[in-house]
Amino acid sequence: MQRTALYAKHLESGAKMVDFAGWEMPIHYGSQLQEHHQVRNDAGMFDVSHMVILDLVGAQSKAFLQYLLANNVDKLKDSGKALYSCMLTPEGTVIDDLIVYFITATQWRIVVNAGTRDKDIAWMQKQIANFDATLTERDDLSMIAAQGPNARAKVLGIMPVDEVAIVEPLKTFYGAFVNDWFIARTGYTGEDGFEMMFPNEQAHKVWDALLEAGIKPIGLGARDTLRLEAGMSLYGTDMDETISPLVAGLGWTIGWQPEDRNFIGRSALEAQKAAGVPQKFVGLVLEGKGVLRSHMKVVCADGDGETTSGTFSPTLGVAIALARVPASCGETCEVDIRGKLHPAKVVKPVFARNGKSVLN
Amino acid sequence: MSNVPSDLKYTKSHEWVRDNGDGTVTVGITDHAQELLGDLVHIELPEVGTEFGAEDGCAVAESVKAASDIYAPVPGVIVEANEAVQDSPELINSDPYGDGWMFVMRVDDEDAMDELLDADAYKAECDE
Repeated sequence: MQRTALYAKHLESGAKMVDFAGWEMPIHYGSQLQEHHQVRNDAGMFDVSHMVILDLVGAQSKAFLQYLLANNVDKLKDSGKALYSCMLTPEGTVIDDLIVYFITATQWRIVVNAGTRDKDIAWMQKQIANFDATLTERDDLSMIAAQGPNARAKVLGIMPVDEVAIVEPLKTFYGAFVNDWFIARTGYTGEDGFEMMFPNEQAHKVWDALLEAGIKPIGLGARDTLRLEAGMSLYGTDMDETISPLVAGLGWTIGWQPEDRNFIGRSALEAQKAAGVPQKFVGLVLEGKGVLRSHMKVVCADGDGETTSGTFSPTLGVAIALARVPASCGETCEVDIRGKLHPAKVVKPVFARNGKSVLN
Repeated sequence: MSNVPSDLKYTKSHEWVRDNGDGTVTVGITDHAQELLGDLVHIELPEVGTEFGAEDGCAVAESVKAASDIYAPVPGVIVEANEAVQDSPELINSDPYGDGWMFVMRVDDEDAMDELLDADAYKAECDE
């Protein structure tokens, strides 16, 4: 099993370690619920060094990304701007979702999921063959996400003045190089904060400094409940290589314009769109007591659907889920929890952001 | 190491059993079990008056992470269920052998008590 540069620090903080995609990672440091609230109400940090950082350079790097990705990197005009995109099969199903940062027209940084590392890199290297561009994995870098309403101020508070001058003005979804660091105002919790990439050798020092600044360690358990409340998809459960982004609530990430941009999966998606998309992606809120989990049957008036992720929402105090349901599904449905049908409300697939419920 | 009181009996499926000395037993889940499950958020308790055989699923403990069935440690009838843990499932995390008890059963077959593990046997079971 692989370990990040912060393994010893997790143990020091009392982490319960589990196997996550072949990595020994902290699931929690005592209480997943408390960690969840810590991020919604104050500031927490996640070791996400298991995620895969890739640097792309070359004269045709932009053309390569415009072919590889369903979203259009041509939308990125300012240096440092990030774009969320799916990488599709020719059949229009999802190989992975990723973030790409635009540095210059010939330099990009990409972050993909740990669980899909091997197939992602193999697929990207295969597609890049016809382009004047090179992809390099940066496993010399660690990554910490500091998230929460006070995370930004706490991180800026321990930065040298000259670095603050670069990082403080960053707008949401922008990043910048600061010496040998890359710092971006991005995350996976629905809260403000930074994702910071830096050399592995510095990991212990950075971790200690952030702890000292009052940013508490948060495990992957709370990371999952936070992202679910924020309505952010998780690869492998909300979508995978059997699912089109059009039924996974990711239609908004497809860069249809311009019509002559030929990206992998485009013709399959166009055919699906023309035929009519039979399912939609929604949020569910359980009416009574109980807990929703992934892959429970959802019964709607005109047919069945399925939860793709489910949990007890610590912020809302009720069970919530993301689900694919028939496109005709109305405002209510029932969910099969261990053989019994329980009523649930159908809502937009986002539940809480910036510390608060977004439900009416 | 989690807490395993020596005055209780245990099952392999991580229930603890307290002999109340009046033909009834109080049942909950062990400290080890609550640690494994993590923060509990929802408890389904059996209805008073329901009869269960030994090892019948009779309650459910759900944490943020997973749902876990709770089994009747001995055959019997439910005579009381702890509504406090339904309202505050975290009691099971904070006090698994005290306020976090789940239900009381009237034991149908006293001999079945002999099948339960003592503290040392349960500890050995957890260490495996």
